[in-house]
Order: sequence, then C-alpha cells, then structure tokens
Amino acid sequence: MPEHRPPGGSRIFAGLDIGSSAVKVVLLDGDGSFAGHAVRVLGSDLRHAAAAALDDAAGEAGLKRPSFDGLVATGFGRSAWTEASAAKTEISCHAKGSYHDVRRPHTLIDIGGQDCKIIRIDGQGRRMGFRMNRKCAAGTGAFLEEAALRLRVGLETFDDLARSSTRDVEIGSYCTVFAAAEILHLIRRGVEMPDIVKGLFGSIVQRTMEMDLLEGDVVLTGGVAAHHPFLIRMFETRLGRPVIVPPRAQFTGALGAAIFALEAWSGRHA
Amino acid sequence: MDVGRIVTFKPFASSARMRELMAGYFRDLNRAALEGRPKIAWCSSVGPAELLLSLGYAVFYPENHAAMLGATREARKTIPVANAAGYSPDICSYLTSDIGAYLRRETPLSKVYPEIVTVPRPDVLVYNNVQCRDVQEWFSWYGREFAVPVLGVATPRNIAAITPELLAGIAGQIRALVPPLEKIAGRRFDIDRLRAVMSLSRDGSEMWKRVLEANRVRPAPLSFFDAAVHMGPAVVLRGTEEVLAYYRVLLREVEGRVARGEGAVEGERFRLYWEGMPIWGKLRDLAEFFIGLRTNIVASTYCNSWIFESGDLADPFLDLARSSAGLFIAWDEDAKERYLRDMAETYGVHGFIFHDAKTCPHNSNNRYGLPGRLEKATGIPTLTIHGDVNDLRCYSEDQTRTAIEAFIERLEEG
Repeated sequence: MPEHRPPGGSRIFAGLDIGSSAVKVVLLDGDGSFAGHAVRVLGSDLRHAAAAALDDAAGEAGLKRPSFDGLVATGFGRSAWTEASAAKTEISCHAKGSYHDVRRPHTLIDIGGQDCKIIRIDGQGRRMGFRMNRKCAAGTGAFLEEAALRLRVGLETFDDLARSSTRDVEIGSYCTVFAAAEILHLIRRGVEMPDIVKGLFGSIVQRTMEMDLLEGDVVLTGGVAAHHPFLIRMFETRLGRPVIVPPRAQFTGALGAAIFALEAWSGRHA
Repeated sequence: MDVGRIVTFKPFASSARMRELMAGYFRDLNRAALEGRPKIAWCSSVGPAELLLSLGYAVFYPENHAAMLGATREARKTIPVANAAGYSPDICSYLTSDIGAYLRRETPLSKVYPEIVTVPRPDVLVYNNVQCRDVQEWFSWYGREFAVPVLGVATPRNIAAITPELLAGIAGQIRALVPPLEKIAGRRFDIDRLRAVMSLSRDGSEMWKRVLEANRVRPAPLSFFDAAVHMGPAVVLRGTEEVLAYYRVLLREVEGRVARGEGAVEGERFRLYWEGMPIWGKLRDLAEFFIGLRTNIVASTYCNSWIFESGDLADPFLDLARSSAGLFIAWDEDAKERYLRDMAETYGVHGFIFHDAKTCPHNSNNRYGLPGRLEKATGIPTLTIHGDVNDLRCYSEDQTRTAIEAFIERLEEG
C-alpha cells in the first residue's frame, strides 16, 4: 500500500512513457479515472526526466510523493525504469490507450519524436497489425525539430505559420537530410516561411499515408498531433474524412501503460 | 514484457566436431593455395560445386567468408573500404564486406587459424546468378584482381513452373562449363565421378533436411540461430563423406533432445518462421533475445535453402539444373507463398518474421506484398523488420527489438 493517498484514499496506478523527445506520465485511480499527468522534456538524463515527470504527476494527483500501486513503463526507454512492475512496448500501450478513448475499431496513427506507428485495432481493442516507420526520421517529430532548427524558427510557431500559408509547396524527399536541402532550395527561390512550414506538414502527412492503407476511423495521437491542430486539418483534407484526436493526444501511450498497471493489479486481486 | 528474462543458450556438443571439420576444410584450402595443387575454384553458394569437386578442385565459398565477416562484425570495418572504392552502400553487403576485407588484406580466418594469412588465391571463379546479379559482379571483381577466368550460369528467376525446357537450358549452361574447367584443372571430366559426388551431396542434403525437420515437434530442439551456424558444413563441405557423417552425429543429438522433450528455448510459448537472410552481426544477440521472450524461430527459408531438390542421376547436369531451379529464391511470388503456407503448417508456426535486408533485395521477400497476402490467406500474423545481412549501419537495435516485442505481445493477446 502506498503511504500517501490522495483525498478519498484511492489506489493510484502509473503509466510512464519514456519517449525519444519527452517523458509522459498518466496516473489513474482504482476506478480507472484520470488522476494526474505530466510531461517533461527528455534531455540527456533519462532517469532524471522520468523521476521529475512522476513527481509532477503525483503532485497533480495530490500525492505527497510518487508512490504507486503499480507502474508500467513504455516507450523506447521502458527498460531503463527498473522500478516498473512491468514494461510493455509502446505499440501495445498506444493501442490500449487509444481503444480506451475511442471504444470502437479504428486505425491509430501515433506520430512520436523518433518514430511513427500505425496500429490497426479491432472492435475488442485487439491489435490486428502494426507498422512502424523505417529508420529515417522523415514523418516524425524529429523531422519538424530538425526543420525548425534549420529555419531558425521556434517549433511552437509552426502551427500558426502553416495556417497562414497562401500557396502549396511540396517537400517530397524520403530523407530528412534531403528534405533539409529542399528547404534550402525553397528559401533560395524566395518561398515564404509559412508556405515552407505548410510544406513540411504536408510531407509528414504524405510519409504517414505511404506507410499503410488507412481504413475506417482514424485516430491521431502523439506530440505532433497534440501541438499542431493545423496538421490535423491537413490530414483530414488528404484523407477526405475527419480524424479523431483524443483529449490528451500526447499521453495515449502513458494512458495505456497506466491501464495495464491497473489491470495487472485487478488481475492479482480478483 | 512480463516474461522471465532468463537467457539460457544451449549449445550442441556436436559443435566441437563441426569446428574440427571447418578447421580441416580451411587448412586444406590454405595448403592447396600454398602448394598450388589441387587447383582452387571459388564457387557461389548455389553454384555447380559438385562439378568442381568432381574435377578435383578445392572449392572456396566467398558467401561463407562474407557471412564470417558479418558474424564477427569485421564487416563494419571492411564495408566502408569497398564503398570508398566505388561499390555502393546500397548493393550486396556480402560483396562489399568481402571485397573490403580483401582490400584491407584481412580475413577473419586469420583470427581462428593464425597460419592462414589470406583467402586462397583462385584459379577460376564459378557463379550461379540465381540469387542476384551482385554475385556475378563480386566474382568479376576478383576475376580482374587475380586475372583468372570467371565462368557462370544464368538461371531464370520468378519461375512459376519447372519445365523440361527450363531445365534443359540451365543444364546446357552447366555442361558448357566442362571444357574450360577441364583445361584449368588439367584433368578429364568423368561423369561417373560427378554422379558419385552428387550422390554424396544429396545424401548430405537429405541428412541436413532430417536435422531441420526434427523441429516439427514441440518444443523444437533447435532454433534458426543454431541452424544458421550448423549449416556451415552443408555449405562448404558439400559432396563429402564428412558432411554426411557430421549431420548423422548432429541428428542423434537433436533426436536426443526430442526424446527428452528438451527445447532449444526453455518454456517455448511461440513458434515463428524466419523469412530472409540472417542478420549475421546480431545472430547471438537475437538468439538470446528470443530465448528471453520464450519464443523459438523453428524454421527458415534460409536454412532450408541447403536442402537441394534432386531426381535421378542418369543425367547429372539435368539434376544440377533441377537443384538450381528448385531454390526458393528462383520462384515467383505465388510459388513462394505456397511454400511458406506449407512451412507454416509443417512447423505449426504462430507468426512469420520477414527480414527486409537493405542490401539484399532478392532475398527480402516482403517487398511485393507477400506478408499481407500470406496473413490474409493463413490468418497467421507477420512482422517485417528492417536490417541487413552484414551492414549494421542499416539496423536499428531499439526499433527492431520494439517491433519484435510488440509482435510477441500481439501473439500473447491471441
């Protein structure tokens, strides 16, 4: 039993998603209700960032310290958090979290910092298959980060810039390095910054749609979706139908991990 | 994953005998190179080795040498040398690692057998391009380097059906190799000698098949990773008594495991099929990873490729052609799919792993939609991982492990 409980004395279960760019935490109480969350930039000290995110989330949940009845770690750094009661891949956790939000068959696209995954989920929440991007960063958050550096523009301004674009520009390269060369070419041609940024968004949409046939309802998660609503609009235009973005789109993997932690505890105490 | 991470790699006692055999083979080759006799032929893995052996050649297999460069990770140093010499990073990394090693005047053989300082100088190089164009380019490089003849057989690819005309065409090409090979060997061709070598070769192949087929049972006594190592003698000692004797010994050990109900993977939960080339530099790592997941890769096209189709030896050239055209890599997509469906049933597999080897397009069978068709037809899940046969620059450890773990988690869900 944890020593410090939030008001009401509920149990608390944690999902810790150690991604390549950020650490995300979701806390659920014993009923599966949302209790807290936090995000921290990964930086160079993975364990420090994870501990800080757990602290933040525990604070939001009213815990005096981060002590949980179960914690499942996920993401590329999942095995580094040795205190976890279990580790699950981000594929399983995203599927779990997404089905929790959507509750029907769908195709999940998670655009993370380092990878892009497409997971087909059936009506019972089972994964019917998944695809991940190949080793190149094109189509991922890292691609936008790299471009922001190249353009000397803050990433947080990208969405507004893209929204104000007045003409379509195509950035067609598979490769992030080649795409950077294309950007230079566009700058030389005098193409406006908003149009370049919209071209970058278009490139992410295109790379993602090349990975799989996007059938049925499409759900978009991950930091890129959470922070760039205009990119979602572009996705919908390209797809020809609306996409679903869960309320905490960046935390879907952490949510799934927390559900796994809760389910494991419930299984042991059934 | 919640699975116990106990990793127990179970070596076979027969491995000691295999090492002796391989040592004898490489030392004999080295002696031949130093003494100038018998003549040395370099042969591609599915080239007409039996013909060369029947003419008295000592036969060296560059693909085996390249696999050693991959397994020892020496390829990391040698591939860039070939790239710098004008051989693209996008072409076969067997080729680039091997040519790079030669340019660096290195061979992994020296580390195991200090008296061997270089690969044996060839008197002739003989290829069968059934697997790819690259093998021809690879051998041609050495042909220019050593100023020796390069002879070859062109086997059609995307074969839908093996017809008499197809076999006659390949057989004719192999027969045409005889006069130049006789001349280089300084020895007359003897068709009965060829039949005798082929008979031994077929017996060895049959014994290897029995070893692999022992994996039909649960738990499977050996893994793909074991088999990829133990196929060494099948590759380099084709057509010899020793290889037949070796696989009898190995089969006995494998059958002992079967009798005791002992699997290569403790607590085997899932049985997978590996389609495509091994990732040589990660063979041991992946073997241990799968043991940790309590999952065994029980069968593979790669290891099955040294089971040669054979008929009667009345016309041995026709039979060599049959072996060549009977290789998986030569078939069209429908034939490949039928074969994989058959393998799934034979070995009771829960999933297929397709290895998309960046530099080996012809042996990356995921590229024309086969995993999707297979999954639809059988209901068996497939996973494609991206890597390479020898070039670890094309391999992402984290991404591969995550994909495999996620695949196993999917199988756990049922």
